[in-house]
Amino acid sequence: MTSLLLFGASEGGLFDFDATLPLMAAQVVLLTFILNALFFKPVGRVVEERENYVATTRLDAKKRLQEVEILENDLKNQLKEARRAAQKIISEAEEDSEKLYKEALALATSEANASRENARNEINSQRESALKQLKSDSDKLGDLIVQRLMSAK
Amino acid sequence: MGTSPFVLPFAALEVGQHLYWQIGNLRIHGQVFMTSWILIGALLTLVVVGTKKMERDPRGLQNLLEFLWDYIRDLARTQIGEKVYRDWMPFIGTLFLFIFVSNWGGALIPWKLIELPSGELGAPTADINTTVALALLVSLSYFYAGLSNKGLRYFEYYVHPTPIMLPFKIVEDFTKPLSLSFRLFGNILADELVVAVLVFLVPLVLPVPVMFLGLFTSAIQALIFATLAAYYIGEAVEEHH
Repeated sequence: MTSLLLFGASEGGLFDFDATLPLMAAQVVLLTFILNALFFKPVGRVVEERENYVATTRLDAKKRLQEVEILENDLKNQLKEARRAAQKIISEAEEDSEKLYKEALALATSEANASRENARNEINSQRESALKQLKSDSDKLGDLIVQRLMSAK
Repeated sequence: MGTSPFVLPFAALEVGQHLYWQIGNLRIHGQVFMTSWILIGALLTLVVVGTKKMERDPRGLQNLLEFLWDYIRDLARTQIGEKVYRDWMPFIGTLFLFIFVSNWGGALIPWKLIELPSGELGAPTADINTTVALALLVSLSYFYAGLSNKGLRYFEYYVHPTPIMLPFKIVEDFTKPLSLSFRLFGNILADELVVAVLVFLVPLVLPVPVMFLGLFTSAIQALIFATLAAYYIGEAVEEHH
């Protein structure tokens, strides 16, 4: 039952070469062609198609990403510009309002000064005229008193 | 062995016995062809079912087949080189798939349940005829690859880098198929024998780790055979400068 027919046996043995060898070789060659037609070619086509698809899609995506980046940069620049412009406008407006305030203040101050001066002048002139009046009146009155006194004598 | 009363009917060892088929005056080993046909049939069924409806988004078996295809392509590309690997990929892939399916089929399918009048079913690669056939195919291929790619300049390879190499290179042409065939044959047969002997002695538990080791060896042997075949072809088509 457990016959270990190894070398040189007339029937069987581990190293028993016969027509199995060329037939097996032919079978494997045939299998190569069959597998090439049924397996390697179709699967290769699908895999390579997918690889191409992935490659082109990726390229496309890269291109789009670049475009997006360019647009983003553009927008960023625009935003920066707008911000700068707004800042400028604000500072200008602040300056303007400051100037206007100062001008108004100066005007108001000078007007107030002028009217005060006017008032003072008027007061002075009125006082002077009043004094003059008073003087002439008192002179007249003095004269009258003197005349009355003289005439009463 | 004698007639031990504990010998189990399914654990007998038969080495070097064959089921002979007579075709004309040619004799062939029937058990090798029976198992190889079953395994090739299984392989072709897998391939046909898996490639029936292929899509860009792979699903089911297509994933497995694409993985195999990718694996074989990488193997062929790294060993043979970018330029001609496409021509040889089907051959390398067939070698790999056939040997892998044979080794694993021989180890995984309980062939011994089928009684043959003589010999027993097993891995086709445990028969020296199969492995020598495969190894000779590899030899023919690398000669063909070298000659078809470089013409007679292929023989520069024998005196490269110096003419001193000539005898070694010539010896290599014989040792390459010899080592290829005997490595595969020896590993698979030894695995089957170790498992059979262990089952014969201790029919429980103990053979299981050895069986797993056998599966590992089987896969590795298929990879080694395909890689070496690709390497030999790559060596033959390589341009020396």
